[in-house]
Amino acid sequence: MKLKVIVTLKNGVLDPQGKAIQQTLNGMSFDNVSEVRQGKYFDIEVNEKDERKAKSQVEEMCKKLLANLVIEDYKIL
Amino acid sequence: MKSSVIIFPGSNCDRDMDVALKKFGFKNKMVWHNDSEIPKSDLIVLPGGFSYGDYLRCGSIAGKSKIIKSVIDFANSGGLVLGICNGFQILTETGLLPGILQQNKYLNFICKNVFVKIKNKENKYFKNIKKEVLELHIAHNEGNYFCTKDELKSIEDNSQIAVTYCDRKGNDNEENNPNGALKNIAGIFNKDKNILGMMPHPERMIDPFLSGEDGSLFFENLTGSL
Amino acid sequence: MVVVNEKIAIEHGLKKEEYKKICDLLKRTPNLTELGIFSAMWNEHCSYKSSRRHLKKLHTKGEQVIQGPGENAGIVDIEDDDAIVFKIESHNHPSFIEPYQGAATGVGGIMRDVFTMGARPIANLNSIHFGSPSHEKTKNLLRGVVKGIGGYGNCIGVPTIAGQTCFDESYNGNILVNAMTLGLVNKNKIFYSKAAGINKPVIYVGSKTGRDGIHGASMASAIFDDKIEEKKPTVQVGDPFTEKLLLEACLELMAGKSIISIQDMGAAGLTSSSIEMASKGNLGIEIDLTKVPCREDNMSPYEIMLSESQERMLIVLEEGKEKEAKKIFDKWNLDFAVIGKTTDSKNIELFFKNEKVAEIPIDFLAENAPMYDRKWIKAKPPKENKFSKDNFKSLKLKNCLQKILTDPNIADKEWIWNQYDHTVMGDTIQKPGGNAGVVRVHGTNKAVAASVDSSATYCHAHPLTGGKQVVCESWRNMISVGAKPIAITNCLNFGNPEKEKNMGEFVECVEGISEASKYLNYPVVSGNVSFYNETKDKGIKPTPSIGGIGLLSDYKKMMTMELKNDGNYIYVIGKTEGHLNQSVFARNILSEFEGPPPEINLFNEKQNGMCILNLKMENLIETCHDVSLGGILTAISKMSIKGNKGVKLFSIDGLVNKFEYFFGEDQGRYIVEIKPENLENVEKMLKKDSIHFDKLGVIESNQITYGNDLKISIDDIKQGYKNWLKEFMVS
Repeated sequence: MKLKVIVTLKNGVLDPQGKAIQQTLNGMSFDNVSEVRQGKYFDIEVNEKDERKAKSQVEEMCKKLLANLVIEDYKIL
Repeated sequence: MKSSVIIFPGSNCDRDMDVALKKFGFKNKMVWHNDSEIPKSDLIVLPGGFSYGDYLRCGSIAGKSKIIKSVIDFANSGGLVLGICNGFQILTETGLLPGILQQNKYLNFICKNVFVKIKNKENKYFKNIKKEVLELHIAHNEGNYFCTKDELKSIEDNSQIAVTYCDRKGNDNEENNPNGALKNIAGIFNKDKNILGMMPHPERMIDPFLSGEDGSLFFENLTGSL
Repeated sequence: MVVVNEKIAIEHGLKKEEYKKICDLLKRTPNLTELGIFSAMWNEHCSYKSSRRHLKKLHTKGEQVIQGPGENAGIVDIEDDDAIVFKIESHNHPSFIEPYQGAATGVGGIMRDVFTMGARPIANLNSIHFGSPSHEKTKNLLRGVVKGIGGYGNCIGVPTIAGQTCFDESYNGNILVNAMTLGLVNKNKIFYSKAAGINKPVIYVGSKTGRDGIHGASMASAIFDDKIEEKKPTVQVGDPFTEKLLLEACLELMAGKSIISIQDMGAAGLTSSSIEMASKGNLGIEIDLTKVPCREDNMSPYEIMLSESQERMLIVLEEGKEKEAKKIFDKWNLDFAVIGKTTDSKNIELFFKNEKVAEIPIDFLAENAPMYDRKWIKAKPPKENKFSKDNFKSLKLKNCLQKILTDPNIADKEWIWNQYDHTVMGDTIQKPGGNAGVVRVHGTNKAVAASVDSSATYCHAHPLTGGKQVVCESWRNMISVGAKPIAITNCLNFGNPEKEKNMGEFVECVEGISEASKYLNYPVVSGNVSFYNETKDKGIKPTPSIGGIGLLSDYKKMMTMELKNDGNYIYVIGKTEGHLNQSVFARNILSEFEGPPPEINLFNEKQNGMCILNLKMENLIETCHDVSLGGILTAISKMSIKGNKGVKLFSIDGLVNKFEYFFGEDQGRYIVEIKPENLENVEKMLKKDSIHFDKLGVIESNQITYGNDLKISIDDIKQGYKNWLKEFMVS
């Protein structure tokens, strides 16, 4: 089955990319943009039919590789 | 001969380019990205660096800067526009050149000398260079050239490939491809050949004490053909 | 409102008696913000409380020194009003937790230290130490650190010209990331951190303040709400693009005359920068924290004062220059805020929402900071390990050489430095992979050489000798490129100073560094100390990293290490006794780890080095390389590989056996290449100074040969040497 994961910077961690994109959008006269935060998105195909098991495997992947929990959070969709 | 080098806030090869242009006889002016006019020039250079931090995609934010409209107008009126490294990335993001530069195939920044083969000499950039293969220097993380099949056909039909990565002898096969670029492409022209974008830095090769001297040939020819 | 007590103080890393001293000094209990400030200023990093007493012993003077330790960075004169600002600093712990960001912000921090003084950075270097290659974390840490260093330096556009990478299991739980920057400044336009004058505006510039890096992750959760983890990231994120803007904006402002003093906000952010400026100027300072540009909502005075957000600076301006200055920072799209003023109170006074939230006399934080005379024990000189004939009986030179060239600490590191932009700025005339990196002083005939060295193995075996050795190694690297050694910066990485053995290692290494740098007139002008590199009771080997710089008054006289021409002769300058104890050969081939490191003879060291410079001055030598790890044969092999030339080695006379001769790590030696027509003059000069030399061989063919004992092609040795790291990283 396919699982989707989104990794984002934790609240409060500086996001230089998001900041630069926001400033450019403002410069392009999208004036009402007050914050942009960028994240990563993963599609993961797991050979596992049991949804609970698949989710717990992906959870492990997030903790061990996909996200660095020091600065990032992850969400399994 | 007059040239202008555009400085984006994160440009970092602007001084190197200024030194090289002056060494080979250009009267060069530096132009700030937030200006809207470019002084009268025979050549506009978009230098290497990280224009706006290279966030989102390399060159994408520079492609929306204030000065860029003047660059586009100048290019469309037939003026010479040269984009090196990040400058090449900006040219593709503004649509002046086809394709895009993706992250290097092996995912690492690469800084080293490479050889490139000149594929088309019927233009002001390479006209009188006697050599077929130049030793230049690359320093980039996103130099992996990519375009669609249709674009590639059009690029090839119009002889828009300027230089390809190769070995000392000019073999431009996959083995000599440092970053995974399609067809080993290191630089391309627009249809009219007045715009050139390339990843290698000729301005870092203008002195025997630096990485080498083949960059001098590039600038000497440029001064000669203007 | 949290009421501070001893428990909270201890959670801030303060000792019981230190907390008592704070209460005694203040004659009251500090509030939380004040406690935070004390804990930041009194911690090891800011106060040097364990090391101060010993650092005083370092040799820091010389006529070339413009600024010694105690400022943001050291400064040396390189003639014609030019000066070099340089320093090395550690970012060990953050790099272990988040290798990319930790290493990146390490590079960012050291560059700010340099441009704060008015210098444009012209070169970066680094010294990185990792655990054993077989340790599960090593590969990812190495990859992350290299990407972080490159990510930051490449973006700013400062070339990374040299460095050093070591592997040893003592770093399994504590990697070392030491970053060094050199900047160029006109010696009449240097900026210092000492504030002067009363009622001068205090300006905050750069990035906004967030909750980055606020220390004390173990802080009582009662202080914050239950979302503490999410609120308090402890690793700072670097933004090289903003740093580039800050660099350009500061240099633009410095070109005028409005700055009185300037200081970057590094460790302990606004706290240490404001206190340092006031303390040096013997002034007070008043700050309205409401005016500090913040990135996040509801930041408390405590958080604002202790945030370690990157890319920020504090400036004391001349009155009335605010507008002019603001224009520059607006142009570069950076925050600019007048947040306070200098006062004559000699206190730091903080206001928040119209209320005074802290007031502390500055000398309580600076001069009255604790200083400890920690107990330490002197290391015993190790007993020499005598090797018998049996040890060598079954060994072949060829196999030993191949094994040594693929030793992780010897093998080529191109995989690393190809990821660093080492040619931007157009003045790099010697790239990484040589004896030292060399950059021209832009637009002049001068060039500056720089390298970083460490020898944890020697320092571990005998700290005093090890300390001397690292300085000499650095000196030799300068000599080998033809540069006159000028000065050094040191990054002292050690274990827990509360343990007598570790403290002893520190004290004796410092003594060794001091002795050698004094003798060689190679003074220490800046540096930092990193203690507590220890995990689960296991500390690192003592690892002082020495960053050296040297001057070439004519860059065309630079030397390189690759062999040049067939028919030229190879000499080794300096005496070879065949010292194998602690050598790569002993550890890697004989599996012997005990014994003393090679002795340092400072007289010979100086004599040999000066002689090499004289030989080059007379144009009598073509190539030079110092003999270090792996001895003569390793050095020759590297020179052969780089130049793609073979060498026929002559038979050695004397009593030393060939393994000892070719792999011994005796100090103070260089290998030089000489044209046949210059042999006589070279020998004459060497004899005049009574310098020992051996005629080692002649350049020919594409293989290295030694009678019937060794015959190996350059391609054969190249394979392993060049590929080890690449293969390790993809395996």
